[in-house]
Amino acid sequence: MLFYGTELSSRLMLGTAQYPSPEILADAVRAARAGVVTVSLRRESAGLRAGQAFWSMIRDLGVPVLPNTAGCHTVKDAVTTAHMAREVFETDWIKLEVIGESDTLQPDMFALVEAARILSEEGFKVFPYMTEDLVGAERLLQAGCEVLMPWGAPIGSGKGLNNLFGLRALRAHFPDVPLVVDAGIGLPSHAAQAMELGYDAVLINTAVARAGDPAAMAAAFRLAVEAGQIARRADPMEERDMAVPSTPVLGRAVLA
Amino acid sequence: MKILVNEEAREVSTTTLAGLLDELGYGDARVATAVDGDFVPASRRGAHMLAEGARIEILAPMQGG
Repeated sequence: MLFYGTELSSRLMLGTAQYPSPEILADAVRAARAGVVTVSLRRESAGLRAGQAFWSMIRDLGVPVLPNTAGCHTVKDAVTTAHMAREVFETDWIKLEVIGESDTLQPDMFALVEAARILSEEGFKVFPYMTEDLVGAERLLQAGCEVLMPWGAPIGSGKGLNNLFGLRALRAHFPDVPLVVDAGIGLPSHAAQAMELGYDAVLINTAVARAGDPAAMAAAFRLAVEAGQIARRADPMEERDMAVPSTPVLGRAVLA
Repeated sequence: MKILVNEEAREVSTTTLAGLLDELGYGDARVATAVDGDFVPASRRGAHMLAEGARIEILAPMQGG
């Protein structure tokens, strides 16, 4: 599966926020063997230059970066942030976030579609953070998106895949579009489940960064993503409501 | 001239955006700039004149999810 013409080295995308230290972040990225890391833009003070140190560390890791527009609530904010990110990170990839509601950080699908259209026309490769809405997905594809990133659950909640039916429907409707579960994944089992559903990648941040041992958790997610991916290719069995004996009944002894 | 840099009030002598970055000591830092809510590319900072009360945002790479 190609993401805007690029084959990723791994289907695990890793966020870089909330780690206890830059060293632990670097260890986690390596342990995850992340195919992409997400980054952001924040105000820089001339004296501290925190951003410069962060950027040189990320560059040394040698992993492709996906800048986000986190914290944007309007089309204008998101589009301007994307322009700034393109210049600083020297990439036209953008994880487009336009938040519509503060408690759930639910994407504003209407503003998202508009921002995606503007940015796609300007040559950006847009990775839209969206709800699992089918109609919204269709509009985003029409707006020029070639990848979709539905949420599993609200950002940072760790609740896993809240709407299995919706995620399955999205996969079924768009069999050829790269789909990434972004946000809400709390455990490696959730990531494996997303891959078993046929998703092409998962994007994890809090579940790794806030674990007691982020590097170990990153390794667990790497294995889970790989397991889920192999399982999907192996064509899982159909679920059934009633038991079916797995041991052959034929030839069973009569002992009573 | 009084301006706002990252929402902090500043008194500066320069009149261009490029001059402002020099005056504040950003040097060759990797930053992106916006003035009054609009992105100003690095290539246009030299020609971009600042007005009294301008709101400047100076952003740099940061951790993100």
